[in-house]
Amino acid sequence: MASTPINQVAGKGVYIPGDDIDTDRIIPARFMKCITFDGLGEYLFYDVRKTEDGQDKVHNLNDPRFAGASIIVSGNNFGCGSSREHAPQSIMRAGYNAVIAGSFAEIFFGNSTNLGVVCVTASDADREILKKEIEINPELDITINVEDHKIWFGDQFVPCGIKAGARDSLMSGTYDPLDELLRGADEVAKTISGLSYT
Amino acid sequence: MGKSLFEKVWDAHAVRELANGQTQLLIGTHLIHEVTSPQAFGMLRDKGLPVMFPHRTFATVDHIVPTNETVEPYSDPLAQGMIEELRKNCADNNVTFFDTNTGRQGIVHIVGPEQGITQPGTTIACGDSHTSTHGAFGAIAFGIGTSQVRDVLATQTIALNELKVRRINVSGKLFPGVYAKDVILHIIRVLGTKGGTGYAYEYAGEVFDNFSMEERMTVCNMSIEGGARAGYVNPDETTFEYLKGRPYAPKASEWEAAVARWASFASDADCKYDDVVDIDAADIQPTVTWGITPSQGVGIGENIPAIEDGLTQSDRDSLAEALEHMSFDGGSPIKGKKIDVAFLGSCTNGRLSDLKEVAQYLKGRHVAEGVKAIVVPGSQIVAKIAEELGLDQIYKDAGFEWRAAGCSMCLAMNPDKLIGNQLCASSSNRNFKGRQGSPTGRTMLMSPLMVAAAAVTGEVSDAREVFGFAEPAMA
Repeated sequence: MASTPINQVAGKGVYIPGDDIDTDRIIPARFMKCITFDGLGEYLFYDVRKTEDGQDKVHNLNDPRFAGASIIVSGNNFGCGSSREHAPQSIMRAGYNAVIAGSFAEIFFGNSTNLGVVCVTASDADREILKKEIEINPELDITINVEDHKIWFGDQFVPCGIKAGARDSLMSGTYDPLDELLRGADEVAKTISGLSYT
Repeated sequence: MGKSLFEKVWDAHAVRELANGQTQLLIGTHLIHEVTSPQAFGMLRDKGLPVMFPHRTFATVDHIVPTNETVEPYSDPLAQGMIEELRKNCADNNVTFFDTNTGRQGIVHIVGPEQGITQPGTTIACGDSHTSTHGAFGAIAFGIGTSQVRDVLATQTIALNELKVRRINVSGKLFPGVYAKDVILHIIRVLGTKGGTGYAYEYAGEVFDNFSMEERMTVCNMSIEGGARAGYVNPDETTFEYLKGRPYAPKASEWEAAVARWASFASDADCKYDDVVDIDAADIQPTVTWGITPSQGVGIGENIPAIEDGLTQSDRDSLAEALEHMSFDGGSPIKGKKIDVAFLGSCTNGRLSDLKEVAQYLKGRHVAEGVKAIVVPGSQIVAKIAEELGLDQIYKDAGFEWRAAGCSMCLAMNPDKLIGNQLCASSSNRNFKGRQGSPTGRTMLMSPLMVAAAAVTGEVSDAREVFGFAEPAMA
């Protein structure tokens, strides 16, 4: 059973400054004491948004102008650190469908794609343009076109990158690979029988 | 043309190509723990799928176990709930669980090797990015997300892109007082936190040939901090000797054949690498991180970088953010920073060899006033042997708290946490903001002996000076 194909993602953007945004920043480990992913949206970027006594800090994620945004724009090496799927789960459950960054840490990229959270790269200069445009007009409609590698905003666009395999999976609705993996059961048995260990 | 270990192991485990061009890769050995597996078992239940090959999955509990109480129920009901969930999932699905009452519980990346489960020429996956540790044995081992834990449980495979291979040669000899931890912190400093993206790192050269398995594990462990999902060392006599006689290692009658098979996975001399990096061991100093990513490190004799002209705006911003979080002045010496906490443990440096090395220098010394120092063995077996050797007493006499096995203060999903903006000299692997449990807490990564030196002096110090190394401190 395939998932819904994703050819494009559209919505408002929010800019989160910084390179090397790590998974502990995205979802602090202390909120991972749970056996389901259900409530994780609430804790997205918790320590970035909140002071130690739980008050809102001055941050774009708390700015009402960016409320309702569904696309994150950030720096290089986004999602570095842990393999915790809690990170993209919290992003998805907080209502974000896509991340535009300079580059992505590999495990985060894979985890996000498996969930249908679209991760695309854009150059420093192009993200700077996007950031400024969002600042000027938080209501700006942004559309990431996965198919033709373009991020549209207003009447302009900048190019974006996405791994060919991830792009194909998103567009064909096969980004959750479980069904396809299950269909390989016979070949799996063959590979196991050829292994030199048990 | 020959093949690298990576290619050989990949080829032996590649099931087929998927529609999107990824490979369906067989996972020979699957390790699970309490934090990233319960949702995966839940997904299987929702889909009505069984665990396909339960004998290929091994479980232990490490992240949430308290190290200061061993009797259940734990004070934290959430932690208690998580251990009970794992117990139930393992029992319902016939998965071997090294529970706290087995004497074999510990950090998953210490338990696998200790039990002889981690073997050369295999693929190993675990819902934990430090799974790269197991590459020390010549396995291809990497961290996966929870949906992939589900995929492994249901199919024993995952969908993955093949990695490129970068060989990192560290030639020459390390100076006394320079450890495996310094080697990996130096590599990350040189290649950056994203330098390894898309690569598996093959660590080689004289330094790795001479390293023990524990030292190789310390380096492979932090491959992910350099952006490399996997890192490995080719298997050799050191590897085979380590595995001999361990519970899950091949028995005597199968031993010779196993060793021959394992050895055959080593990279061929004429194989081609996608990239090669040469590092001179003499350039590596005891290294300490001053910032909020593992690449922000300097040698103990150096100064913290200053915000200077010529940096890109992005570099200036990163530097400024790190200095602000750490409350350090750019350009100031790393040496002499006053610490509040010393943490010795983790999957990077919580092995018996780490505890032994530090203990021989710590004997007769005492933790500085005002410093909280804890030592957390990486597994129950490490703790037991250390106690038999009397190491616990050396640590206690020196003013360290001797704890039970677990991840402890590496990621603070348990009662061991920094408070406020405490500064911690830590033998762990990540110095991210908030990593050790307090959003304003500050972490400096370093080798276990450097942690001990900071503990006894109360400030970041050169362990070679503190503990009177015979060799003069190298510039």
